[in-house]
Amino acid sequence: MARSFKETLNSGKFVVTAEVAPPKGTNLKKTVEHIDLLKERVDALNVTDNQSSVMRFPSLGTTVLIKECGGEPILQMTCRDRNRMALQSDLLFAYTRGIRNVLCLTGDHITVGDHKEARAVFDLDSVQLLHLVRTMESGKDFSGNDLDGGVEFCAGAVVTPEADPIEPQLIKFEKKVQAGAGFFQTQAVYDMDNFKRFMEYAHQVDRNIKILAGMVLLASAGAARYMNEQVPGVFVPQDLIDELRSAPKGTALRKGIEITGRLIRQIKEEAICDGVHIMAIGREEVVPDIMVAAGL
Amino acid sequence: MIIAERKPLEDIKQMIAQYKKILLVGCGTCVTVCWAGGEKEVGILASQLRLAFRRDGGELETLEATVERQCEKEMVEELKDKIQQVEAVLSLGCGAGVQTIADRFEETPVYPALNTKFVGMPEREGLWIENCGACGDCFLDRTGGICPIVRCAKGLLNGPCGGTNKGKCEVDPEKDCAWTLIYRRLEKQGRLDLMRKYYPPRNFQAVVRPGKIEAQRV
Repeated sequence: MARSFKETLNSGKFVVTAEVAPPKGTNLKKTVEHIDLLKERVDALNVTDNQSSVMRFPSLGTTVLIKECGGEPILQMTCRDRNRMALQSDLLFAYTRGIRNVLCLTGDHITVGDHKEARAVFDLDSVQLLHLVRTMESGKDFSGNDLDGGVEFCAGAVVTPEADPIEPQLIKFEKKVQAGAGFFQTQAVYDMDNFKRFMEYAHQVDRNIKILAGMVLLASAGAARYMNEQVPGVFVPQDLIDELRSAPKGTALRKGIEITGRLIRQIKEEAICDGVHIMAIGREEVVPDIMVAAGL
Repeated sequence: MIIAERKPLEDIKQMIAQYKKILLVGCGTCVTVCWAGGEKEVGILASQLRLAFRRDGGELETLEATVERQCEKEMVEELKDKIQQVEAVLSLGCGAGVQTIADRFEETPVYPALNTKFVGMPEREGLWIENCGACGDCFLDRTGGICPIVRCAKGLLNGPCGGTNKGKCEVDPEKDCAWTLIYRRLEKQGRLDLMRKYYPPRNFQAVVRPGKIEAQRV
């Protein structure tokens, strides 16, 4: 991949990123397969950081692996497991391994994961983490000491366009923009009218802010209902659930791929935002099918 | 005030299984108000333990006392005569109370009967909620009097996380999202500008553990 993610973001091209989930253990076979499958097809591969507070192979290690495989990685960093010192150390290391993109998140709480009794860190929040990255880029650490050899990152953040209530979320979005977030990846969006309203607001905050719509593959009507009931800030409209339910037995996944492809096509054709971030959640092998369905 | 909760009876029983005669000490302040370690709870626990020992074929003799504030050396002094008559003390005070007795009567083993939970207040009868993290650097002027350090599960200073849902918390849908409460209150007061400000990370030097404050004599 010749072009950096930052160059891609600024090129005006419709940006496509996908997610890679590290394994629970050291068997990287499937992860490498997914990287090899996707690295030439998407503009960057985004690696989750102990996703859903479940302990896994590190995000940092997986981004190094992507780099070694010739892909363009985005390092997800949450504030749940590391204090400001450990976060900075990891960023220094990442930079020396050619990692240039970091997605700054607060992170899920420890109690939703598989080490419920562990201490949750949250020394920083996502806005403070963005400030930390920008401070390090100025040649100083977060305590104001000089760095011998600096860093430069394309730093991004996340936003939930369907949050309820939306106002506090929008205030935080503004703070992230002010803190120097160069791009945003959204929580899953399915209702394009709602999403367009959010985009109007986003463009009022910053005309040039780059937004990648979160596209989570719906593998069944049950999965869609689960998202509505259990995942905060996600709204799957009833007509999509009905469409998935009406799919003949054994073809729900195919229908889900079709729906995701159709949404991406709409976003691209109507230029609703700058690109998409595809989250296939354990079905990374179908990402190319989604892209074909989207006409990408 | 300090909110505490009694340990399970079985745990307490095991802690003191080796003794024949103990003193149970309550505290007349916070733990009386939160129904965990006042005079009444001392009496209940003493009879529960005597019964439990008897059921196992043993015998436990109990003395009872409740001091006004177990966290004050001068006030635990009055326990002296009773402590001389027992093998061990079971404190129904908060952690500070247990340690005050243990420091004053170094020869006697002191056991905690409570788990000290948090600094909080009664929400309604029989329900107490945490509302102060004793962080040492009060932030309440910026958040409409609602503490995000303990009332937000993640202690966030710059607004809600993505896990908030319909005003409730990611960790427990029975609990309110502190940042939604803060938003609503600041909106009501016309002070939302406070929420738009960036707040840098907390200064954990505000209380260097173990905490210590010496009054400045004027």
